[in-house]
Amino acid sequence: MQGYLIASSTNILAPASTPARTIFGLSLFVLGITALIFVVVAGLMVYSVVKFRARATDAAREPAQVCGSTQIELAWTVIPALIVAVLFLATARVIHAIQDTPKPAAALDVIVVGHQFWWEFRYPKLGIVTANELHIPASDRARPTPTFLKLTSADTDHSFWVPELGGKTDLIPNRVNQMWLDPPRPGIYLGQCAQYCGTQHAKMLLRVVVERPADFGAWVSAQQQAAIQDARVSAGKRVFETNVCINCHAVSGTAADGRFGPDLGHLMSRATLASGAAENTPSNLRLWIQTPDAIKPGSLMPAMKLSDADLDAVTAYLETLR
Amino acid sequence: MSAFTIPIPPSPRPWVLPDRGKVAMAALIIAESAIFTIFVVAYLFYIGKSLTGPAPREVLETPVFSTICLLSSSLTLHVAGKFLERGKQSAFLGLWLLTFILGGVFLFGTGLEWHRLIHEKGLTISTNLFGTTYYSLVGLHAFHLTAGLLMLLAVLIFGLTGRVNQDQTGRVGVLSMYWHFVDAVWVVVFTVVYLVGR
Amino acid sequence: MSTNASAIENIQGIGRPWMEVLHEWVTTVDHKGLGLLYILYALSYLVIGGFEALIIRAQLMHAHNHLVSPQVFNRMFTMHGTTMIFFVAMPMLFGFANYLVPLMIGARDMAFPRLNAFSFWLTALGGGLLYFSFLGGNGLYGAGTAPDVGWWAYAPLPAKAFSPGHSSDYWTIALLVSGLGSVGTAINILTTVLCMRCPGMHLGRMPLLVWLNLVMSGMVLIAVTPLTAAQVMLLVDRYLGGHFFDTQAGGSATLWMHFFWIFGHPEVYILILPAFAFVSEIVPVYSRKPIFGYPVMVGATVFIGFVSMSVWAHHMFTVGMNSYANSFFTITSMVVGIPTGIKIFNWIGTMWGGRIRFKTPMLFCLGFLFQFLVAGLTGIMLASSPFDWQLGNSYFVVAHFHYVIVGGLLFAIFAAFYYWYPKFTGRMLSEQLGKVHFWLFLIGFHATFDVMHIPGILGMPRRIYTYEPGRGWDTLNLIVTIGAVIQAAAILVFVCNLAVSYWKGANAGKDPWDAWTLEWSATSPPPAYNFATIPVVASRRPLWDLKHPEDPDSRYE
Repeated sequence: MQGYLIASSTNILAPASTPARTIFGLSLFVLGITALIFVVVAGLMVYSVVKFRARATDAAREPAQVCGSTQIELAWTVIPALIVAVLFLATARVIHAIQDTPKPAAALDVIVVGHQFWWEFRYPKLGIVTANELHIPASDRARPTPTFLKLTSADTDHSFWVPELGGKTDLIPNRVNQMWLDPPRPGIYLGQCAQYCGTQHAKMLLRVVVERPADFGAWVSAQQQAAIQDARVSAGKRVFETNVCINCHAVSGTAADGRFGPDLGHLMSRATLASGAAENTPSNLRLWIQTPDAIKPGSLMPAMKLSDADLDAVTAYLETLR
Repeated sequence: MSAFTIPIPPSPRPWVLPDRGKVAMAALIIAESAIFTIFVVAYLFYIGKSLTGPAPREVLETPVFSTICLLSSSLTLHVAGKFLERGKQSAFLGLWLLTFILGGVFLFGTGLEWHRLIHEKGLTISTNLFGTTYYSLVGLHAFHLTAGLLMLLAVLIFGLTGRVNQDQTGRVGVLSMYWHFVDAVWVVVFTVVYLVGR
Repeated sequence: MSTNASAIENIQGIGRPWMEVLHEWVTTVDHKGLGLLYILYALSYLVIGGFEALIIRAQLMHAHNHLVSPQVFNRMFTMHGTTMIFFVAMPMLFGFANYLVPLMIGARDMAFPRLNAFSFWLTALGGGLLYFSFLGGNGLYGAGTAPDVGWWAYAPLPAKAFSPGHSSDYWTIALLVSGLGSVGTAINILTTVLCMRCPGMHLGRMPLLVWLNLVMSGMVLIAVTPLTAAQVMLLVDRYLGGHFFDTQAGGSATLWMHFFWIFGHPEVYILILPAFAFVSEIVPVYSRKPIFGYPVMVGATVFIGFVSMSVWAHHMFTVGMNSYANSFFTITSMVVGIPTGIKIFNWIGTMWGGRIRFKTPMLFCLGFLFQFLVAGLTGIMLASSPFDWQLGNSYFVVAHFHYVIVGGLLFAIFAAFYYWYPKFTGRMLSEQLGKVHFWLFLIGFHATFDVMHIPGILGMPRRIYTYEPGRGWDTLNLIVTIGAVIQAAAILVFVCNLAVSYWKGANAGKDPWDAWTLEWSATSPPPAYNFATIPVVASRRPLWDLKHPEDPDSRYE
């Protein structure tokens, strides 16, 4: 991942993908019109407050008692109506452009499943299951390879939001939503869950790793390998397999095929733990297994309460899952 | 001291305002309609979406008799009101009692149907989406009907003790509005549950 | 003046045993007593809800703060939202409506005084239930929890599986009970306005405050009841094993969202219409001119009432509706801007050519006008659904609706306090403290909510108990927190003003502002029967006619 431009911001005014860019264009237009309205109306307010303030020199009489004017009322009804019409047409164009775009044959399909409090990414055509870090290929203008996401949830509502790549789309149980991205530049784009989903909504972070097609291909073939079986860490593997880890986590080629938690088959290929809550280092991994609340209080990962020896062994085992 | 009169003579027309009871009951009916609308929408939305049986067409039987009873109770109530207006108290009481009985028959019919569904067909409110929406919607209506019956009963008791006369026409009219509303809701519920829902 | 002084003593209960005074307050069915109860009730919850806001802001002061746990934070924003909407804004507005509507239409009480008391005590019970959850949410042995599902409690979060214990039940039942209270009050206000007007006060002569409260009550009937229905469904799910919102059994999470926002969006207008009402009464008096375009103001209000019923799904642009639905809710949401714009123009038209006196109520109204303009414009941005895909559920939205509720509604409520407090108590609020309150609150408000838009644009979602450093959110959040503290200080000044002026304020007399509506013809505070003889009116400004017999309004209307 080193060598890529790491986008450290989540600024919606720095679009890096067609949907985000289209929205950005619309935003500027809407901002322009509303700024104009603001200047005119606020100007009128300030003018009337200053001009018509009561002065000590005023006669004791009341000012002229004007009740209204049909022409003026008509004017300030029609002009806003026209502005609304313009804004609506501009908006409808963008809605159509983003929502009704047909899916090209070269598009990559990814199924996103929201969980309390992490992201599951499935690549149905590639046979890959991963978590929290979405890898997609950069999309060339000439030969676009956009990524089409199908989004659903395993429990409560969530929302997929990577501001620089596009607007957010909710993940709702019993329902499949769709969105697409086509970032041309490789890099890491940050985001997070944008729909309150429970205790640890705040640390349901998200990153999209956009890679050059060749790099993406390499990542795909690495992920498609079965999990590494290393005899040197068989003690740790036994700890893993004889504890409740396997109820929630999956590692291909072992007894573990749980689906409540992230697939750990290639855990070490990810830069972060606990959906972005901590960097993926051996010490963090150890801490996360023993006392998850130290990293992400309220997450659904239970504290494993292992002995120090078992903890070291299982950490060593997980460290081999590249 | 605290009031005053404008120097301009008041208009010659008498100052007439609508009846408080009728306006308030109309407002209540609007509010209740919104509640029923939400339950009806939920029912319509979940038609055919149950993951398990039983389905409506397997277990529901159209309650023709009780529906006729309920709808005719509106008629008897209306005529009862007319009698009261003309001061014929015993005719009023007779028809009022008939209305109460017709409403009671309907409620009993609903009870029988629920008993049959629960004990013979095994459909409860937690069985599936159909059960949840059916018992909620029909139950909400039955709840309103029960409230109406209690009010009818109160008037009946007052009537038997000779306290309902021509002066109470307005109040009895307000209660009638409620009863007609509950009847009209049944027409909707009947259509949704027994006609559309199957 | 002596009658006035004794009236003040009467309301202050001087020289009577406190039990007797208390008993009178608890059993009162007088619209003024209930109005004040509503207002006091709302004020105390304003302080509680504000305290919760301060906890939220303290936690967000900087990245990775550990002041409170995520569980506590989630409870705080849930309670803050629920409290402010249902137990501050609604009762506050009902309180003013209760007090003012009968007086303004020349009636001696509401149509149903006992229903009025019943509705108030239902609302009071609702608030009590909500806060009892701190003790009872998990049972006393479990130390208790308040609800943590967010104020809109999106399904399936409040289902038994995700929200065990009873915290969500308290939330549900509190809203159900207070909702029934709201419907009762709405029926009462509607009936009062339609059936209790004094002779000559036909619909076209009612003060705008009365008109707006009439429309507001009509909206409560149609909009609050769907929430009641949805809460009943939620209770069926939680207690009887129903499946309305049980996604495991085929239930729909989006159905809850629809039901909630069918209530939730009209609710915003239910809250803001009374704010419009205050401003429409106060701006004319301090501009010394009648309201500009009265019929248009009424028409715009009714239009808002209708259109606001068809905009609810603009809260749901990100749930995956198709492009036609998104377009529909975009246009309806933008269309609401037209009558709202008309209102702003009419208020400016009212000031235009007037002689504006900058008393505290007018200052708050000017603040309202400016902030409501901004809130309306950010509203237009959010109505543009693709823009909403970016801004929705971010701090931009939080800033937007606080601009509406605080910058709009709360400023209007403060204006109403300074304007009608003399009528309520017979004493003036201090102008000096009032101006300190205004400027302090204005500065705090803008420090908080102007700045809060920016983290939203920088991608900060709402309802997160902490955030990552390095995204440019830290300094902004610190400024927001400082602004919140300034606002709290301003509220403190306000509460002091209310308390001090109650005992030490200058005697107000009947009509301290030289105003034109009927409430100013009664003593301050008005006697229990309001008017010794029922007034007869011939125009929209009966007191103007009285004060200017040479040039009465009734000649032109």
